[in-house]
Amino acid sequence: MTTTEPRIIPMGVALNEAMDIAMGLDEKVFLLGEDIAEPSGGVYKITKGLSTKYGTHRVRKTPISEAAIIGAAVGAAIAGYKPVAEIMIMDFIAVCLDQITNHAAKIRYMSGGQTTVPMVIRTSAGAGRQFGAQHSEMLEAWAVHTPGLKVVVPSNPADAKGLLISSIFDPDPVLFVEPMLMYWDPQYACDVPVGDNRIPLGKANIVREGKDVTVISYGKQVHDAVKAADILAAEGVSVEVIDLRTLVPLDEATVLASVSKTKRAVVVHEAVTRCGFGAELSSRIHEELFGTLAAPVARVGGQNTPVPYAKNLETAFVPQVADIVAAIKSLNK
Amino acid sequence: MATTNRPDSPDRETLVQMYEIQNKIKTTDERFRSMLTSGQIQLIYYSPRGQECISAGYAVHLRPDDYVVTIYRGLHDHLAKGVPMRELWAEFLGRSTGTCKGKGGPMHITHPESGLVVTTGIVGSGIPIANGFGLASQLAGTDQVTVVNFGDGASNIGAFHEGMNMAAVWKLPVIFVCQNNLYGEHTPMSMSTGVEYISERAAAYGMPGVTVNGNDPVAMWHAAGEAIARARAGEGPTLIEARTYRFYGHLMGDAMEYMPKEERKAAMAADPVPAFRAWLLENGHATEAQLAEIEDKIVAMVDDAVEFAMNSPEPSLDELYTDVYEEITK
Ligand SMILES: Cc1ncc(C[n+]2csc(CCOP(=O)(O)OP(=O)(O)O)c2C)c(N)n1
Ligand SMILES: [Mg+2]
Repeated sequence: MTTTEPRIIPMGVALNEAMDIAMGLDEKVFLLGEDIAEPSGGVYKITKGLSTKYGTHRVRKTPISEAAIIGAAVGAAIAGYKPVAEIMIMDFIAVCLDQITNHAAKIRYMSGGQTTVPMVIRTSAGAGRQFGAQHSEMLEAWAVHTPGLKVVVPSNPADAKGLLISSIFDPDPVLFVEPMLMYWDPQYACDVPVGDNRIPLGKANIVREGKDVTVISYGKQVHDAVKAADILAAEGVSVEVIDLRTLVPLDEATVLASVSKTKRAVVVHEAVTRCGFGAELSSRIHEELFGTLAAPVARVGGQNTPVPYAKNLETAFVPQVADIVAAIKSLNK
Repeated sequence: MATTNRPDSPDRETLVQMYEIQNKIKTTDERFRSMLTSGQIQLIYYSPRGQECISAGYAVHLRPDDYVVTIYRGLHDHLAKGVPMRELWAEFLGRSTGTCKGKGGPMHITHPESGLVVTTGIVGSGIPIANGFGLASQLAGTDQVTVVNFGDGASNIGAFHEGMNMAAVWKLPVIFVCQNNLYGEHTPMSMSTGVEYISERAAAYGMPGVTVNGNDPVAMWHAAGEAIARARAGEGPTLIEARTYRFYGHLMGDAMEYMPKEERKAAMAADPVPAFRAWLLENGHATEAQLAEIEDKIVAMVDDAVEFAMNSPEPSLDELYTDVYEEITK
């Protein structure tokens, strides 16, 4: 490697590269999903060009049949392929939940390890575009609550690429949640290394070091956590920000080491707060570090409501930078 | 040819009523698109333009207490069933005065007073729910019927197949209107569907299925009338496949690169709404003055609704927490 020029690309391109690399490396990798082939290349253009390059037998446009899509992926995975299924928007996971939770997740266990399901379900998620209650949810907690599934939520293009390649070659089923608003927005573009740069599942990223409070997040909210850290730095509060990257497997060691140091933690995610991933993580921190904490772990998440349509209500549903700042301050009282 | 002439064609009043509904849909759609294009408003918008005759054709057979279930591309069904223009606009714009207080948005328009009971954004999901309305009417012993609208793409999802079978087994008073506009999002029907006509699928469930030219108002009126009469008489469900075309692709801003230009041009040249207008005049079913008066009235109604919606407040922030349960529940 001689070049040091940064290559700033959006998450949509990074994901495309990941699938391109995986398909080039292993002919067992194939894609299936609604509208994913040319001339459309996916409704969000994430699979643009791939059907031209690899053929429509490997980049398969499907009917609107989520249960049949995931079922086909499960069967093909057991039979030795590495399917990457796209569910256009995360709320539609509900339509194929049986195939995901009763089959993809449990087959390895139920068969005593004889049959395994190495597949990826890619799905876009998140509020902020006034798509209403059925097109805006972050439902990662459903999958975390199902033993057998791995769960990945990238926060930037470089991670998205590295984590997706790892997910495709992972021996287990992976739910790969792509924050919809980050696909093409240049403010989230970043330097993405060329080639097969895998990022292992289960390895959190310390995005920013600090000593007073640890903010733990994933996906789009990592950026809000960093903004909150910037604001508080000006007030003399030093905030450490951890991007979990993957919820299963969870890098507890990194989280616990950080909170042992700062003695304060805030968990941030966009999903509904009640029974969200923050509830689990907060419990784990309390279980491990109870006597040493300077304050109870705080949670910042979506309101316990469906996602509303009206702009002002939608904004009020989604956790904002100011909410993170307020939560951090509440721990420092 | 705009429409068929049959001896048992609808009377003049019904013909004009159908035109009025079609024109209301077309005028409303045109206003939405022009305001979106000019940037006056911003929202996710699924144009129903091209599909007007289907909604008009079934709606004139319905009573206010009949139920309609529809989808995100539902503006034509909403208007045809009589959802009031002001509240409809206000909901699309996310205002507190909207049908759903601005909380549902265009994909979830609900106005029980008009019988527009469910609008869903999940493909196919309205079909089983429509059966529930049909079951309720059957249990209560009323002769209400339910019309459920969905696309060609939706006929490939499990909910369609389960719902059709249950409706047939239980002889539910439900009319399944598949508005076949030949595309599901960016995929042509031929690439996703194993049959040439969606109506063929009815046979598999033991219910009558018909394919009708959805752009022919009189043909649609006949097909809907027969199915609705059968349902009202307790003789069970029907699948109507109404063939049509979406003029503006899947949603506003769609580049439509997957739709052959010539195909779209031809469909738009055969625009069913002006064609029906001309047919009404040629056949002496209406006068120019009569139709012009209707059209002016609709423009005024849309003007009024736009002003009403634009001047309405956003929902208050407390509304975020209401309506999750009957009472605010922790
Ligand atoms: C279960 C589910 N899968 C996918 C989608 C995304 N989606 C929205 S509309 C649509 C196409 C539906 O096509 P069709 O049923 O023909 O209706 P049309 O939009 O043409 O009126 C798709 C795939 C969805 N909303 N729900
Ligand atoms: Mg369609």
